[in-house]
Formats: sequence, structure tokens, C-alpha cells
Amino acid sequence: MRGEKLTDWVVELMEVSFSYDGHEVLRDVSIKVPKGDFLALIGPNGGGKTTLIKICVGLLKPKKGAVNVLGMEPDKARYRIGYVPQDTNRNKDFPANVFDIVLTGRLARKRGFRRSISNEDRLRVENILKKMHLYEYRNRRIGELSGGQRQRVFIARALVGEPEILFMDEPTASVDPSFQTELYELLKKLNESLTIIVVSHDMSVLSSYVKSVACVNGGVFYHGAPELTEEIIGKVYHCPVELIAHGVPHRVLKEHR
Amino acid sequence: MIEWVGWLYSDFMGQAFLAAFLASIACGIIGALVVANRMVFLAGGIAHAAYGGVGLAIFLRVPILPVVTIFSILCALLLGLITFKRQHHADALVSALWSVGMALGVIFVNLTPGYQADLMGYLFGSILTVTRSDIFIMAILDGLLFMWIWLFYREVMAVSYDMEYAQVIGIPAFRIYYFILVFTAVAVILLMRFVGLILVLAMLSIPSYLSESWSGSLKRMMVLSSLFTFLFMVLGLLVSYELNLPAGPIMIVVAGVSFGLVECLKLFWRWRRSKNY
Repeated sequence: MRGEKLTDWVVELMEVSFSYDGHEVLRDVSIKVPKGDFLALIGPNGGGKTTLIKICVGLLKPKKGAVNVLGMEPDKARYRIGYVPQDTNRNKDFPANVFDIVLTGRLARKRGFRRSISNEDRLRVENILKKMHLYEYRNRRIGELSGGQRQRVFIARALVGEPEILFMDEPTASVDPSFQTELYELLKKLNESLTIIVVSHDMSVLSSYVKSVACVNGGVFYHGAPELTEEIIGKVYHCPVELIAHGVPHRVLKEHR
Repeated sequence: MIEWVGWLYSDFMGQAFLAAFLASIACGIIGALVVANRMVFLAGGIAHAAYGGVGLAIFLRVPILPVVTIFSILCALLLGLITFKRQHHADALVSALWSVGMALGVIFVNLTPGYQADLMGYLFGSILTVTRSDIFIMAILDGLLFMWIWLFYREVMAVSYDMEYAQVIGIPAFRIYYFILVFTAVAVILLMRFVGLILVLAMLSIPSYLSESWSGSLKRMMVLSSLFTFLFMVLGLLVSYELNLPAGPIMIVVAGVSFGLVECLKLFWRWRRSKNY
């Protein structure tokens, strides 16, 4: 086991169950994520990966079990976490530019009546935009950007609040494949200073970047180093899969029932 | 032209323009929110259901405006309650409230013996009925709306763009959502005098839709859409005076024609650009 003290776990789920209208999605899920981890949640569609992330960020309340994020309840930890949603193509016509969208990420740290924006907030937005190579697009409307650029805007929005954990739901779902490698390179760099938990569909890029993998399908079937075996993946996906060299990447090639 | 100038200074016209100005502010702000949040259908539900309030007030023989206001705010809250958690079925739920509200209105009016007043005014607008006290109420409602948007602009924008993310960072999204619905009800009541409950939907959506593509921010969309609304209302008033036709429907036709023209121009520009490259 890594980490002896309780505080070393940034995310702790203890026997968490969740169901939508009586349909159970997660059952007795326990998972502990150490500080500085780069964890990938993999598993089939409908397996509960997104639900798991939503429970961690406080969007959903578990029906049973306990959730601890940074040693507190998820909604108390809000200003210390970053969240990148799955769908980055939503509301493309919305009248807002890149700067203003990223600026909303600063609101997490504000309390009170009128959450006024300080010069420090603006400076931090500018810095993060430069870091994400978005500075030249700061006055562009959000809908005018490409899928990959918009994905970077959402990451910038999550990072501008200076989170300790970054949760990402399918970050590569709506971007072109050429951006995927770039994105994972970026995440690897970010991982030097923060914990990252990412939901992913495709495992082709994972092995070389992530530190650990959790297979989610109703429960957590496997949680550990990203060296997955055919047996484990077969168990999670309920179908025979073929492992291709370099560990994790898998293609569903064998006979499919 | 000379005729218009004298008419402009007349007490009636001055009052009508002032009322149009006040209504445009609320209409622009709320229209922008409704269009940007893809809530036009919900606004339609509130507007039509409000007719139930008109019927109720007539049945109870009490002043119509306060009753319709309270009734439509309650409808808005009910809509918020039933749609916030069930976005997937929002259309069915809204349709139910939409029709039931109108049906109640018709039943209430029928239950009222000997009622002869012109109900068309509430459905299609009647600028003639605007009184000084209406203008006073409009100004107060505008003030409330203005204060709310000034205090919570950032939160409103965050919720409108991405409600889920807003919830994650601790913005009370449901409260903002309710407020948008309640102010939609307020805007509907303000506009009822001009274009009526049935035509109000066009006034909330056309100016804002026109503004959306020309606005870099929600704020600018609100201002621009207020200006468009005012323009359509004033043009509508002038045309209706010239042609001696009801002002409400004329305002809507003016807005609709302008909308069509702008869309045609956009198509033309796109076609010309594609030809040049």
C-alpha cells in the first residue's frame, strides 16, 4: 500500500453505491487515490465511470457509502478541485469569449454576494491562457474554436482555480486523434504538480502516461498499475479482447458475443 | 411627418413610448437569457399558462394585473420544479402546463356570467390600455431585474453556459435557474400589454436571436436585444398608427420581417463570400 497516513489519500470512496431510478450503476465501490497519482478509469459504456467522477466532484450524492475528497465532503472541497466535463461541444452559439469562459473558473474561490473579479483573477487567467497556448484566442468566441482548442479552454477553466485534483471525463471524446497525444503529454506535465483522475474509453494512449488504472463496471474490478492482463480486461468488458504489445492497448478483435 | 410630430408629443404617445422603452429593457435582458439558455419553449409555457391567471382574475372580479403576475410567477416556479431534474422530459411537462393553463383561463371566463370585456387584448395586446400605474409597476420590475443581473451577472453567465460546471464550482445553479424563470414570468407580464400572451414569444426570441451572433458577451447580447426590441416596438407603433391596425400584431410582423431580411442578407453574404474564394 502506498501512503501510510490518512491524509495521503486525496480521494477515498468507501463502499459507494449509486442507482438511477432503481437501476444500479455502482455497487460497493471502494477506491483510494494517493496524492500525485495519474489514474485512468476505464471500462465499458454504462459501466459507471462518469457516475463515479460525478460523485467525486459532488454533482451526484451516493445512495450508500462515504466519499472523501481531500479529507472532506465533495461539496466542501469544491474550490480545491478542477473538473473538465465530457461534452465540450455544448452551447456553441453562446455569446462568450475564451477569456470570460476561463474566468468563470475563478468563481469557485469566491464567496459572498457579488463575486467581483479582481486584477489578480485577470492576471491568473492571462497566465493560464499563455500556458495553454490560447492567449491569442482570448477574444475569440468559444464557438469559433476547433474541438481541440475548446478542450484546452475547458482545461484552462479547470486549472485557473488552482486545483489540487483534476477530474476529466473523456477528454478525448470530442477531439481529433492528433490532439490526443498532445493532450496526454500536457496532462503528464500537469501531473508533476497535481493529482489527475481521467475517465477514458480508449486505452491506446494510457500505458505510457498514466500511473495507475481502475477498471469500472458496476464495481471496481481492478485497481493498480497500468499493466493490464488479457484476463482482467476480459473480465471488465465481458468479451474476449486482444492485447497488443506494450501492455495496455487493446482492440476488440476476437469473436464477439 | 408633421402629423407624427404632434402625435409624438401627445400625452398618449409619450406614455406609449415610455412604456415600450421600459418593456424593451426587461424583454432584452430576459430574451437574451431565454435564448442563450435554450429556454424559449419554457417561456412559451409560462406565457400561455398565464392566461389561466387572466381567467381567474375575471372570475374572482379582482384586478387582473396583480393576479396574472402572481399566477405566472407560480407557474414559473412550478415549471422550474418539474423541469430542473428532468431536462429530458421538459418538453412534455411544459406542454402540459401550457395547455392546462390556457384551458383553465377559458373555463374561468365561461364561468363568469355576463362578462363582455375584450379578452383579445390579453391574448394579442392592446397598447391603449397602458396606464400611468402600469408604467410605475414596469419601472419597479425593471429595477429589480437590473439589480439582480448586476449582482449576479457572472453566476448567471456561468450557469447559462454550462450548468453542470457551475454546480461543481459551487454556484447555486438551481436558484439562478428559478430566478431566470421568475423574471421570464415578469417579462411576459410586462409585454402582455403590448403584444399579448400569445405573441410574446416572438418578442422574447426574435430580437435576442438576432443579437446572439453579433454579441461577444451575454451582456452585449442583452443590450443589443433591448435595442432591437425597442426598435420593433416603435416601428410597430408608427406603422399601426399609419395603417390603423392593432399595434401588437404589427410589432410582431415588423420583428418577423426584419428577422427574415437579416437572415436573407446573411445567406447572401455567405453566398458571395463562397463565390469569391
